[in-house]
Amino acid sequence: MTGIDNDMIIAPSPAQQMRRRALRHWGFLIGGSLLGLIVLLALIAPLIAPHDPYVQDLSQRFLRPVFMGGTWEYPLGTDHLGRDYLSRLLYGARISLTIGLVTAIISGLIGTTLGVAAGYFGGRVDTIVMFIITVRLSMPVVLVALAVVALFGGSLTVVVLVLGFLLWDQFAVVMRTSTQQIRSQDYLISAQALGCSTTRIVMTEIMPNVLNNLIVIITLEMAHAIILEAALSFLGLGVQPPLPSWGLMIAEGKDMLFFEPFLITIPGIALFALIFSINMLGDGVRDVTAPENRN
Amino acid sequence: MPRFLLKRLGLAALVAFTVSLISFSLLFLAGDPAVALAGEAATEEDIQAIRAQYGFDRPIAIQYMAWLSGAVVGDFGESYYFKTPVMELIASRLPTTMQLGLAGICFALLLAVPLGVAAAIRPNSLIDRFALFVSVVGQAMPTFWFSLILIVIFAVNLGFVPVSGTDTWRHFILPTIVLGYFATPGIMRLTRAGMLEVLRADYIRTARAKGLHPVKVLFKHALRNAAIPVVGLAAVQLGFMLGGSIVVESIFALNGAGLLAFESINRNDFPVVQALILIFSIIYVLLTLLADLLNAWLDPRIRVA
Repeated sequence: MTGIDNDMIIAPSPAQQMRRRALRHWGFLIGGSLLGLIVLLALIAPLIAPHDPYVQDLSQRFLRPVFMGGTWEYPLGTDHLGRDYLSRLLYGARISLTIGLVTAIISGLIGTTLGVAAGYFGGRVDTIVMFIITVRLSMPVVLVALAVVALFGGSLTVVVLVLGFLLWDQFAVVMRTSTQQIRSQDYLISAQALGCSTTRIVMTEIMPNVLNNLIVIITLEMAHAIILEAALSFLGLGVQPPLPSWGLMIAEGKDMLFFEPFLITIPGIALFALIFSINMLGDGVRDVTAPENRN
Repeated sequence: MPRFLLKRLGLAALVAFTVSLISFSLLFLAGDPAVALAGEAATEEDIQAIRAQYGFDRPIAIQYMAWLSGAVVGDFGESYYFKTPVMELIASRLPTTMQLGLAGICFALLLAVPLGVAAAIRPNSLIDRFALFVSVVGQAMPTFWFSLILIVIFAVNLGFVPVSGTDTWRHFILPTIVLGYFATPGIMRLTRAGMLEVLRADYIRTARAKGLHPVKVLFKHALRNAAIPVVGLAAVQLGFMLGGSIVVESIFALNGAGLLAFESINRNDFPVVQALILIFSIIYVLLTLLADLLNAWLDPRIRVA
């Protein structure tokens, strides 16, 4: 036919294919860049925040943002105690991201351990784990979280621990199914035949193959934890003042809802943007790593 | 079928028992409930008196047995705050939450199912994009913030509905929308995915080839099969909504069990909180049981397994 040598045509490697899919996936790109931007802003908050987020100036209360007739001195205006809203917003990103990350680590450890154990061992272990998951799912998350925070007293640590011990169910469910799917694969059976220890099989055979699913659940649960922290703080049973949690900022602005709606709009949009970006990234990771599962 | 039912009922009872154990021990996990009840200015004698009055001086296992034997027959003791039976209190508030939850799930189904079906008929069309937009926004919107925005727009600026309260059906409009929208993304995604799969099936091609009316193929042959997992999800979502209505009820001052839970938590009214956790759990377990039974009825294949 044409003069092209067959050896010249090299199929793209799986990694190249994946990179190509990632670069063509709008959700992945938008979510990733938006989340990257928020993380960057949170990290350099001390460098770019125009004011101290905790310093009050009662002579400068309820100043409006610059696009509503305010000045550049306070670009997003000030709150009921005269604190700079932009600075509080930037520092608030640190709280939300910390909550999301630490909660995902705690709940990820609990859920993955339970899920992999159930999927790998099956039988009685599986029955017990399924029962624990059912019990956890039947407990109303918001109600239990509020009650426990009220008993222990609201603080960042308590909120993170409570959410970490509550939000592991999806990890367990998904890791169980993923492990079951590879349980009877040839490479796993040969590892067993070689006499590999359970630890080694879990670490070198199972974990690398369920990693993609794990990343997707991590993003989902991060978003879940961030929303719940904001809701708890909004109800007064989460992170306590004067910390600039976005949920708390919305609660503080609520009394001025009718007069200065920007006080709830701005932190609300920030919260929305953060959760939106994490969800987009999670959906993107799923599509990019497992394109055959797209619907 | 009777064996299936019996097995599931036994599991439900076991789950309820475990939750009762957890919700009871939560109280003692945080330290001494008598100290929490007495308040900060209490003396040692006050604390001792409270301990004796509420029976905290007995061993925990005995306290639990006493509580459980009452709970089984619906006696959750007395509210510390109202000094009335907990069950009466909850019974007077639960219908409001039930109404809200049912209205919310109806709203979600009415929005999500037609949108999901339309999106599946024409993938990547304008309506599919719109459905995706509705679901992505719904997933990222914090419930409490969405409530405040709706209050500002529809209650304050436009004056269509009241800001808060429980008096008329119009008080339920905004809470229903907020709670229903929360459940919409999941139901819509599942409807769309289910329809996409079913529409590719051989029996749909056969039905079309027979010359059946497209509408009949769509609703009688396709949707009926795609709806099976949706029924289960809707029941589960209803359970989540009842437990999650605490935020919405607090914002709209809707006088239901969620608001009662929030107020009781703030008042250290432990018997009410414990009872509510248990009751919401039992409702959730019953709803999933109902979903399983509905699924088994809709899909005979499940009954065999």
